[in-house]
Amino acid sequence: MNTAMKNPKSIIENFEIYAPKLVSKEEFFVGGHRACQGCGEALAIRLMCKALGKDTVITNATGCMEVISSLYPTTAWKLPWIHVAFPNSAAVGSGVEAGLTALRRKGKVADRRIKSVAIGGDGGTMDIGFQALSGAMERGHDMLYVCFDNEAYMNTGIQRSSGTPFLAATTTAPAGKKIPGNQVWKKNLAEIMVAHNLPYVATATPSYPIDFMNKVKKARQVKGPSYIHCFVACPTGWRSTSETCIKMGRLALETGIFPLYEVEDGKYRLTVEVPEKRRPVQDYLKGQGRFRHLTPDQIRVIQERVDIEWEALMIKVKHSKSRESLRAPRGV
Amino acid sequence: MGKRVGMEVAIASAEAAALCKFDVAAVYPITPQSHVAEHLSDIVHEGRVDASFITVESEHSALSAAIGAAGTGARVVTATSSQGLLYMSEVLPIASAMRLPIVMIIANRAVSGPINIWNDHSDIMPMRDTGWISFFADNGQEVVDMTIQAFKVGEDRRVMLPVNVNMDGFQLTHMVEPIIMPEQEEVDRFLPAYVPYAALHPDNIVSMGTLGMPEIYAEAQKSKDVALVNSIKVVKEVWKDWEKQFGRKYEPIQSYRTEDADIALLTMGSMGETAEIAVDELREQGVKVGLLKIKLWRPFPFDELKKAIKGIKVLVVTDRAISFGGPGGPVFSEIRSALYDQPKRPKVVNYIIGLGGRDVTVEGFMDMVRRAAKGKLSERYEIYGVRG
Amino acid sequence: MTEKKWPETWQEVNPGCMVFRPGSASEYHTGSWRAKRPIWDNAKCIKCGVCYIYCPEGCINEDKDGFFQANLDYCKGCGICAHECWPKAIVMVNEED
Ligand SMILES: Cc1ncc(C[n+]2csc(CCOP(=O)(O)OP(=O)(O)O)c2C)c(N)n1
Ligand code: SF4
Ligand code: SF4
Repeated sequence: MNTAMKNPKSIIENFEIYAPKLVSKEEFFVGGHRACQGCGEALAIRLMCKALGKDTVITNATGCMEVISSLYPTTAWKLPWIHVAFPNSAAVGSGVEAGLTALRRKGKVADRRIKSVAIGGDGGTMDIGFQALSGAMERGHDMLYVCFDNEAYMNTGIQRSSGTPFLAATTTAPAGKKIPGNQVWKKNLAEIMVAHNLPYVATATPSYPIDFMNKVKKARQVKGPSYIHCFVACPTGWRSTSETCIKMGRLALETGIFPLYEVEDGKYRLTVEVPEKRRPVQDYLKGQGRFRHLTPDQIRVIQERVDIEWEALMIKVKHSKSRESLRAPRGV
Repeated sequence: MGKRVGMEVAIASAEAAALCKFDVAAVYPITPQSHVAEHLSDIVHEGRVDASFITVESEHSALSAAIGAAGTGARVVTATSSQGLLYMSEVLPIASAMRLPIVMIIANRAVSGPINIWNDHSDIMPMRDTGWISFFADNGQEVVDMTIQAFKVGEDRRVMLPVNVNMDGFQLTHMVEPIIMPEQEEVDRFLPAYVPYAALHPDNIVSMGTLGMPEIYAEAQKSKDVALVNSIKVVKEVWKDWEKQFGRKYEPIQSYRTEDADIALLTMGSMGETAEIAVDELREQGVKVGLLKIKLWRPFPFDELKKAIKGIKVLVVTDRAISFGGPGGPVFSEIRSALYDQPKRPKVVNYIIGLGGRDVTVEGFMDMVRRAAKGKLSERYEIYGVRG
Repeated sequence: MTEKKWPETWQEVNPGCMVFRPGSASEYHTGSWRAKRPIWDNAKCIKCGVCYIYCPEGCINEDKDGFFQANLDYCKGCGICAHECWPKAIVMVNEED
């Protein structure tokens, strides 16, 4: 069922009807890639590239997106692109930035700003690539990191990651009789990035494409490190139907499970309004096979947690202050 | 023709990289490499080289950042040792497979455990099959020369491979040695500006690090192997150029007093200097002994080895690492295997020496030669001087 | 001359398996994966472009009249466009039909 139809008011408020028409028609991530039908991650990358434009170098961690886009001797990318390994896209991206900066300063490449953008899945970002990400962001490189969070290691067959939600079934946290799925709460990486004192941190989802693309554009402008946590549906891993890919992101927002906000120099702002009366989490959980085993009690626990997180976020939105004037000087 | 200085070798290696005007350095400190890291950052912060210095949070990221920077067409240097090199191991074969001419200065050190910061070759040996060109230096002068040569070899269009320059931790890194530092204009003349084969830039779009399906993986590996094997021609060419310009001669295997020798020692790295003295003393005692020093470990110099062992009846190979449960030290097993097809080959014996910084004396080398000459080695290999 | 799908020999493999043909993945047609195809009813279409923006394949194009259609060489039949088109101008029909 189309949530946009059910709730047209929120859509019309939050999504200029004809806005898609204004989006650049240029594709930098082309059809012919081997992502599954209805892959939210592939869609998010397509939109991200549009927002970034041509003066960009992409560094891709190992994962679904690298595999489905780069079967030698072909590539789905129309941007300069490099893949090295699973844990290190932030480090490689920091090297790309350092290289471009040095070569530009030394007059060895054209004198214009090329943005280094590193990307990875939740596994490549939140788990094995966490150290490299923390290092690259902390060092203050002029680069953007985008995590495409589909909440498990999809490329290797839906194993849990620290982005997997509480109680979701994965192949390494199955819904067993004794242990019903993933036993811990999802790690909040956006918050950890805020704690790195970044000039710009945002959450996003391709379900709100204009919001997502605006954030990418904003992050691109930042002279320094920025981070976007992009929530993407994976029909294969979530055991949901391919056509519900967009709806999942919308429901995640409307239930408050994945709020859309940005943090500029520490100042929080909601970028997409959430209905005054948030939808029950049940609406989001029910369309996904990975949550099929949940009992009403378990769903209640999830609801409670979402409510608490929501309030905590609202406090930040209300009371946080910008530290822009106190940004560390970024040398070299 | 350069100026003679007394300089700590680790610092001299950083100075050599500076003479090559690197664009990016990405280095994580580890004993005994730390002075290289510190001095490289010094050079950049003082503005002596216009470069970005990345204070990465690990060695995995050091090499990863080096790859990213090299991908943009930058000239890149990194350095590490021991645990750091092993920590990089995931990325080492990728750097060579991507054909990026990064130069890495390695201060060779034992690997844990037990943790030990002193010198042997147990860090580089497990990494020897990662597709890098490997130089081994005997002394500070060679460290400096080889660092500069490394850029020229790696960046050559016929090569396009990363190069590591191995120097023994402490034995070299922390020694103040007399070194002739080439002048900047000499190095500029020797080392042309780097023109990358491809670079990450929107003006000429490339995808690097693509996926190799079974239909293509073997061909990709073959092409990398051929590049490495053939690079020996370029290494020798560059060494000839160096000799012409700087007057110091380099060969894949350097022979010392082997012309009429019946028996020869074989070393890699700084212990060659001690072994030389042992050879001299034995010669005085009438023993027909010589010494072979391997300077180029990858690509392995098969032809040079075959030439170098002509007439030798016993070859005493010293290793600075154990291949646990294997046929002998890594150098030994490669040498023995390389000579297998020779109609006239020497008996090859193996001592594993100087593990974790254990000193090997002149007398030690003399003893090894004497015992080997008598055919007195009962085991396949002997860990020299081990108690018990 | 048509370009080879696979480099046949190791000599033909680019150094580092670099690919210098941006967007060459489009040589591969994912349309064969499809079980259903989207059909537009232009009478209902308000030309908003929601289908265009949400297609993971980027295979929906605008024609000169401002209507949309899918390039069936790439359309995988995921059904997102039909699901998201709130004026309901798109229906998914079985390939065999
Ligand atoms: C060092 C290392 N460990 C494990 C793997 C195997 N591996 C490749 S991709 C992947 C998971 C990718 O998951 P994620 O980062 O969430 O991206 P997704 O595929 O879901 O887009 C794993 C475990 C690897 N390539 N390298
Ligand atoms: S498994 Fe999921 S993330 Fe991977 S390609 Fe398929 S839909 Fe996309
Ligand atoms: S069905 Fe899916 S792939 Fe086909 S045009 Fe619609 S959104 Fe694109």
